[in-house]
Amino acid sequence: MGPMSLLPGTVLDGFVLEEKIAVGGMGSIWRANHPDWPFPLVLKSPFLGAGADVSTIVGYETEEMILKRVEGKHVPRFVAAGDLRIRPYLVMEFVEGTVLQSMLEDTAKPYAEVVKVGIQVAAALENLHRQGVIHLDLKPGNIILAKRGAVLIDFGLARHERLPDLLGEESDIPMGSAATIAPEQCVGERSRPESDIYALGCILYRMATGDYPHGEPTSVAGQKRRLYSLPQPPRAINAKIPKWLQEIILRCLEIDPDQRYRSAGQLLFDLNHPDQVILTDRAEREGKGGLFRRLGAWMLGRSVKQRPLTRMVPTRRVSAAPLVVVAVDLARGADPLAQEVRLHLRRVLSMEEGARLACLTVLKTKLHGNAPTHDSHGRTMYLSRLVALKDWAQPLELPDDRVSYHVLEALDPASALLDYIRLNQVDHVVMGARGVGALRRHLGSVSSAVVAEAPCSVTVVRLKGAGGAEEGA
Amino acid sequence: MRSAIITDIHGNLEALNAVLDDIEEAGVDRIVCLGDIVGYGADPQACVEVISGLVDKGAICIRGNHDDAVAAGVSGMSESAAKAMSWTQGQLDSTARTFLARLPIAEMDGDVLFVHASANDPQSWNYMLDPSDAFASWAATDARLTFCGHTHVPALFHTLSGALYTGKTLTFRPQPDVEVPLAPIRRYLAVIGSVGQPRDGNPSACWGLYDSDKSTLAWMRVPYDIDAAADKIKAAGLPDRLWMRLKAGK
Repeated sequence: MGPMSLLPGTVLDGFVLEEKIAVGGMGSIWRANHPDWPFPLVLKSPFLGAGADVSTIVGYETEEMILKRVEGKHVPRFVAAGDLRIRPYLVMEFVEGTVLQSMLEDTAKPYAEVVKVGIQVAAALENLHRQGVIHLDLKPGNIILAKRGAVLIDFGLARHERLPDLLGEESDIPMGSAATIAPEQCVGERSRPESDIYALGCILYRMATGDYPHGEPTSVAGQKRRLYSLPQPPRAINAKIPKWLQEIILRCLEIDPDQRYRSAGQLLFDLNHPDQVILTDRAEREGKGGLFRRLGAWMLGRSVKQRPLTRMVPTRRVSAAPLVVVAVDLARGADPLAQEVRLHLRRVLSMEEGARLACLTVLKTKLHGNAPTHDSHGRTMYLSRLVALKDWAQPLELPDDRVSYHVLEALDPASALLDYIRLNQVDHVVMGARGVGALRRHLGSVSSAVVAEAPCSVTVVRLKGAGGAEEGA
Repeated sequence: MRSAIITDIHGNLEALNAVLDDIEEAGVDRIVCLGDIVGYGADPQACVEVISGLVDKGAICIRGNHDDAVAAGVSGMSESAAKAMSWTQGQLDSTARTFLARLPIAEMDGDVLFVHASANDPQSWNYMLDPSDAFASWAATDARLTFCGHTHVPALFHTLSGALYTGKTLTFRPQPDVEVPLAPIRRYLAVIGSVGQPRDGNPSACWGLYDSDKSTLAWMRVPYDIDAAADKIKAAGLPDRLWMRLKAGK
């Protein structure tokens, strides 16, 4: 049975085809329904007749393997797959929303809109990478902006870190989309989550400037140009783009994957906190750069090309480079508990290569306006707390691009911390807890609320022998 | 049907018992042993008794090169393997020797082949280390799925089959306890890791869980009392390298 026999009304194993949404070289895509499934469906049917490309079959195999193993709001729900030997098809949930491709115009978008989309897609990538999957074909046509957040579709080129890579390994042919393929993918490397970060950088660049950083070259040689050529800085095309956004985009677009964001979570963090973005020479670039930088890029491209490709994915590769938050109570200065927290934090950071740290302290506000707003030196309480926080963290000797500082002003410290943890998809929280007195047991403490509700690991630090009835935030 | 595939036990009773406990907990329909019950380790007689008990209850067992060497001699073996083999020969009773000598060299079950080393001239004991080895084995059998051991290093070689065949063989290094889907359009050569002397850097005992209904294969890893097994090798006066490598897993 060939794909040509599919028509509206055709029934495949109980799935009723409604209308053809798309048809391409790989196959056709249909809206469908099934009495057992209470939501609209999509059915993908690959062309597997005479003359079909092997990569179509392998892409189909890959998508089935990956879709069955991912979950959550950032991917379509898997429903069913037909037998590859008899009648191959894939059925998944139809995701209601706007395909990012349809939002693109020839001109640049306001940067606030670019950032908004970037935050949604980075959150989706972070979630996908955490499940051990790299998409490897991220592009505006594969992103649906839905009510529940960005949903990534089309896993035909994807890679699961714990399963065989059916596509790559021995291929030296670029597999990806011309506009968004990462340099390392152009030389057959398919094990780097940073490839998706590069693709997202291309999308942000496209939205912010109206063009892709390296265009949409049709030839392999044209695609490989990104191995040694740097893109025009976005601000040279659209001067309204702030420097911090150029910094973020160009960091995503670094040729060497090690120079990009180490995780989608770290990119998400920067998009959420423009004021915390450390500006480097990337933010200042105005043209393609002098001879030295171009030469440097060219040399780097050669090294990417010549580096032996990692065929095996090391364990935990994808979830590396976590975001660690330390919440420290400095209301009484750097007391023994704050010092103990720093000691434990140092241990956590020493075991998490590439971790990024956000230092948080909460400034409790009061409903009535009689709380002091300035300290004895006339500084605002906010500023003085920020100074204290930086001073507390100084002995950790972390480079600027790995640490940020935040004073949260809130009535309820626990919910302010939890909001922050959720918004930034934090991986690990380190915080102190004061004694275990009766009053604390009755009222509940900040740390116990965070332990109970944070969607990540929490290390609670207590001073040994601290059993007094002391109460504090 | 769920099959537990064990191989390269090498006289390590502690590892074998830990693996059999794990298999019982997982629940399987049958056990297949791909050979090398003896050699290297200090409990060859006990291990043969355990496996022959399983065979009495319906398990399949294939002959490995060490099982073969008990009767055939040590030609082609490394120095420590040969020393251990001379010692092993003295530990086995006649029932155990007869059991080992009568084991089949390979067994076919539908489209699945069980063999110790390679389908291609099985008694040459070729190591399945890279795609060209897998290719030679595939060329010698019609089986879609071949299970073997011998290298002590888990691996999965696969290629598209039939009309889709492209000449490209892919190599996959399995992660512990992860179910790998096996596609109907591919041929596979699955190298199961060793029960009694792992050499892939992970000292835990390995066994394979093949579910033919779900079409999945997982390389399970089981911790066991390595110190006890090592102490017995020391006490038997076997080469030091044999107990040291148990601890390193290579």
